[in-house]
Amino acid sequence: MAVLRPAGEFDTSYASDMATIRQRWQWWLLLAFVVALYALPFYASQSVVALVNRIGITIIAVQGLNLLTGYTGQISLGQASFMTAGGYISALLVNNLGWPFFAAMPAAALGAGIVGLLFGLPSLRVKGFYLTMATLAAQFIIPWFTRNAFPKVLNGAQGINVQVPVLFGIEFNTPQRYIYLTLTVLILTTIVAHNISRSRLGRAFVAVRDHDLAAELLGINLFKYKLQAFFLAAVYAGIAGSLAAHQIRHINSETFNLIDSVMFMGMLVIGGLGSNLGPIFGAIVVEMLIEGATLFGPLFISLFPSTAAGAVQALRPLFFGAALMLFLIFEPRGLAHRWQLFKAAWRLRPFSY
Amino acid sequence: MTTDRIQLRVDNISLSFGGIQALSDISFDVRKGEILAIIGPNGAGKTSLLNCFNNFYHPDHGQILLDGRDLTRLPPYRIAQLGIARTFQHTALYTGLSTLDNLMAARHIHMKAGMLASILYWGRAHQEDIAHRRVVEEIIDFLEIEHIRKSVVGALPHGLRKRVELGRALAMEPRLLFLDEPMTGMNQEEKEDMARFILDVYERQGMTILLIEHDMGLVMDIADRIVVLNFGQKIAEGTPEEIRNNQAVIDAYLGKAGVK
Ligand SMILES: Nc1ncnc2c1ncn2[C@@H]1O[C@H](COP(=O)(O)OP(=O)(O)OP(=O)(O)O)[C@@H](O)[C@H]1O
Ligand SMILES: [Mg+2]
Repeated sequence: MAVLRPAGEFDTSYASDMATIRQRWQWWLLLAFVVALYALPFYASQSVVALVNRIGITIIAVQGLNLLTGYTGQISLGQASFMTAGGYISALLVNNLGWPFFAAMPAAALGAGIVGLLFGLPSLRVKGFYLTMATLAAQFIIPWFTRNAFPKVLNGAQGINVQVPVLFGIEFNTPQRYIYLTLTVLILTTIVAHNISRSRLGRAFVAVRDHDLAAELLGINLFKYKLQAFFLAAVYAGIAGSLAAHQIRHINSETFNLIDSVMFMGMLVIGGLGSNLGPIFGAIVVEMLIEGATLFGPLFISLFPSTAAGAVQALRPLFFGAALMLFLIFEPRGLAHRWQLFKAAWRLRPFSY
Repeated sequence: MTTDRIQLRVDNISLSFGGIQALSDISFDVRKGEILAIIGPNGAGKTSLLNCFNNFYHPDHGQILLDGRDLTRLPPYRIAQLGIARTFQHTALYTGLSTLDNLMAARHIHMKAGMLASILYWGRAHQEDIAHRRVVEEIIDFLEIEHIRKSVVGALPHGLRKRVELGRALAMEPRLLFLDEPMTGMNQEEKEDMARFILDVYERQGMTILLIEHDMGLVMDIADRIVVLNFGQKIAEGTPEEIRNNQAVIDAYLGKAGVK
């Protein structure tokens, strides 16, 4: 990830050349932003806090998808199904085995990761479209499993209620409290994604994406790295699924569904594939659009009283679809790319012409 | 530079695609520290032969021995780890990465950071990156591509991409370097630069180089020995002088010119 760097700054060592944030004021800016987010419950309404919470969880799921699709180039339509896996594992560990949420979530991440690994196995033999079909299979098999297997434990299509996380006697039972969980986890997942992208692992991922033949002939074990990407993507999904399930306090086979998987992919395209800012931009923009469609609904009815509520419902996918189309036409590399261009122009100022 | 020690032994390799016999019973040796050129008309089987060395194409029969070790049973990435690097006829860079990261990605085989170390990054993985960055920067200086160090390679002009690809292969610090038409599509000046780099690598590092190239003058200038393929068969092998005067080679090339 390139960074803001004013003209005239030169690097004195490889370590500082490789650093992501080079200037003290940039650290302060970042810190201020994080503090503003953590302080949100003190100055924002409950619905805004709830929205930010939802966006945060969505970003985590999309970050995982970005590792698999954005960096490694394996298109997946199964991300939501791994959230389902993570959500159920976490819920069962807490409900049935009495695990604390803070042990159950990492376990759910790992469990979902292993499920993701299994559905990544076809990547040994097939790629491209056929592999995408295999990930779609996950999106059918995992919900089917939760509906039909172990009905006494999983409670079929009804699903199960999920307990509220408790830490040091504090119940995370309102958006104002839950947001601390979400933000903390989000910071960790963002750091991890950033580290992966700048390390040996991340370069191997991109090599697989950009030229799998060259990568293999130049010493990269394709299968190993594809599987690691599937694993990590599902770990992220597992974390997101666990966070979401304990917040909604209920999970069934449809809580995270195919539409979500498709939406995650759309968010990634809009935000920018293969950039760490992509999932953040994409999730924010799409969630805001959906929110906008919800607000726009009553206005729409008052303008056209004859329209049914169903038409208003249709506004959401319509907004999403239209945004996706516009991005594919005008900025197929996503918002993160726009942002890079903007920064590049800024960095060279006043010599940009 | 050339020694008598045999580094790569190609023993009776055949390869067919359905009805097409791409290679028939090819045998020759590559000696440690030499530049061996493989020449031949289009479709002669030169690239296919390299692909067999990487075990990307699997020969129907025959053996390929690197310092006595059979390569035909190893997966391609293992062969790279044994010290074989190559460039591609049609550039095959990691187009989304910068020049620097393309070369860093080639250091993969010399690096250790696994998934966990990469995730944690600070400490081991970071130190490792810095150490390998040094090696990579030397290669960048050597190839005179400092100015495109941070440029995404997908946007570079053809000549520079070829050069970055050479850099990527060198970053693997191989024992044996395969170059599949490293100068096609270049102008004269770029070709001369490239030839200079290849000779430099050869002289300074004593690397064994296997070169596929169509530019006859250039091949005659820089190769120690030449193997000539035609329709999947080896029709000659020898020093540039011997090849220049070989009747079968003259016929193959004249024959092709005659068809045109
Ligand atoms: N993957 C493949 N499938 C089918 N046929 C192939 C394949 N690869 C090569 N061939 C055939 O094998 C023969 C040799 O091709 P190869 O690419 O090795 O020739 P070359 O000597 O490298 O030619 P050029 O100078 O044009 O690069 C050709 O007839 C080609 O069509
Ligand atoms: Mg060829």
